[in-house]
Amino acid sequence: MRAGLLPKLLLSPSVLLVLVCVYGYIMFTLYLSFSTSTLMPAYDWAGTANYERLFGLENWDVSVGNLWVFGSLYIGVAIVLGLGFAILIDQRIRAEGVFRSVFLYPMALSFIVTGTAWKWLLDPGVGLERTMHDLGWDSFAFGWIKQGELAIYCVVIAAVWQTVGFVMALFLAGLRGVDAEQVNAARVDGARPWQIYLHVIIPQLGPVFVSAVVILAHMAIKSYDLVIALTNGGPGRSTWLPSVFMYQYSFTRNEMAVGAASAVLMLVAIGLVVLPYLMSEMRKAKNV
Amino acid sequence: MSERSAFAPQRVLLYALLVFLAMLFLLPVYVMVANSFKPLDEIRAGDLMALPVQWTVEPWLAAWSTAQIGVQPTGLRPYFLNSFLLVVPAVIISTLIGALNGYILTQFRFRGAAPLFAAMLFSVFIPFQIVLIPMAKTLGLLGLAGTVKGLVFVNVVYGIGFTTLFFRNYYAAFPPELVRSARMDGAGFFGVLFHILLPNSAPIIIVTVIWQFTNIWNEFLFGASFSDYSSYPLTVALNNLVNSSTGIKEYNVHFAGAFIAAIPTLVVYVLSGKYFVRGLMAGSVKG
Repeated sequence: MRAGLLPKLLLSPSVLLVLVCVYGYIMFTLYLSFSTSTLMPAYDWAGTANYERLFGLENWDVSVGNLWVFGSLYIGVAIVLGLGFAILIDQRIRAEGVFRSVFLYPMALSFIVTGTAWKWLLDPGVGLERTMHDLGWDSFAFGWIKQGELAIYCVVIAAVWQTVGFVMALFLAGLRGVDAEQVNAARVDGARPWQIYLHVIIPQLGPVFVSAVVILAHMAIKSYDLVIALTNGGPGRSTWLPSVFMYQYSFTRNEMAVGAASAVLMLVAIGLVVLPYLMSEMRKAKNV
Repeated sequence: MSERSAFAPQRVLLYALLVFLAMLFLLPVYVMVANSFKPLDEIRAGDLMALPVQWTVEPWLAAWSTAQIGVQPTGLRPYFLNSFLLVVPAVIISTLIGALNGYILTQFRFRGAAPLFAAMLFSVFIPFQIVLIPMAKTLGLLGLAGTVKGLVFVNVVYGIGFTTLFFRNYYAAFPPELVRSARMDGAGFFGVLFHILLPNSAPIIIVTVIWQFTNIWNEFLFGASFSDYSSYPLTVALNNLVNSSTGIKEYNVHFAGAFIAAIPTLVVYVLSGKYFVRGLMAGSVKG
């Protein structure tokens, strides 16, 4: 049915909100990144000075370097484990629903909650290391969270724990949609179960891998809460991510223009990851 | 793959592995709960993994009503209330808007509908850092800075993309003959919405409400950016409790506080995990 005035009128508040508060604000932040803003937004043109300053800052280098380490490990480990969990669950086990719920429940919790739990679990003074010592394993050492070079791996551990159940659910949906005839044919040919997974089933899961990588990459770029709760960016600045950098420079260091520039680069990174995926998904939807 | 006896060695190994993994996944919550019932001395002296020897509810009482949050010894209670005052209107408003948008976008044809939906869809993915500065300024201009109302507004605005997506995909698959016959019977714009679509929307309404509730309850960045002592949501208050403690670290109080913050979404998950998972999957397979 052609839209009359009423539907258009009722849709317009949402359209307006999205246009202003998403796209208008993006333009505003983009402009600020070329301005002389410090404590408050200012509108004098500064050219590319803020980006030059940003690229010269060691804090930014550390943040971006951390994002690469964190992002690639997080995506890689979550996908390998998620697929592994899905395959385990797919073995016609009893109490399948219980196991699925247990692997997935961290997704329902706030990163601030789980970050708090992991913060003390990983703390050598009270957590795992202490427990192992009490059990008599005196040489056991696990103090990564207190060590600048290793603390970022603690963020990886907690983030993987939180989201691996979600990746499992994605793969499980994929596994249940695999062409049964091909699997049966391979079985008749005498292929072993692991061979069937490796050569028949997993190659059919291509689209799930793509979805999982895109979603996890976008979550990695946006990660903020977990770092704040787990390490608060520390020790020192060793677990800063671009999201932490943006907040610090915009709101506590009075370099709003540099903070805006970092936010713009985060958006660009998200766009590079998400836009090709969204466009191909929408094209697929149109062709169906 | 093939049917085997439940006691075949491979099956035993499979279950052993699954049970081990399940315990690993439950460990952080176990640690949280077990230590929230211990006196502080017991945590300092011993094992984080052990059950309490001397059970106490003191940490819970402290976390709820006397712990230092920032400068005030209020406990988490007022902030728990803030989160409720934030979540209830934000969830209701964003769900209603999503239903309305989904209806309009699927049942009416107009120019620019496709790019409009694409624009809404992408808004789901943006890193919110890109809107923090102008939103802070806007809330200031509207007189909503540092208020729960302001947070309601922000969470509604950035929830519209998701709720619209959910309802649009649901209504796109809605049997068109039902809508058509209602129109032939003379149902108008609201007649179709209230008598045909919404009464048949229970599953997607549940999915959307649970999704929005979980997301907004757990939200931290907006809360940390746009609220003050009087309007902190629970996540921000909890983070203050854990990270700003000067002097002795009261682990037991932190654990109790963390669990208090986890209870509402955990209860919703246990009661209706199926719908939560559906929301997750719907949110991930877009387009």
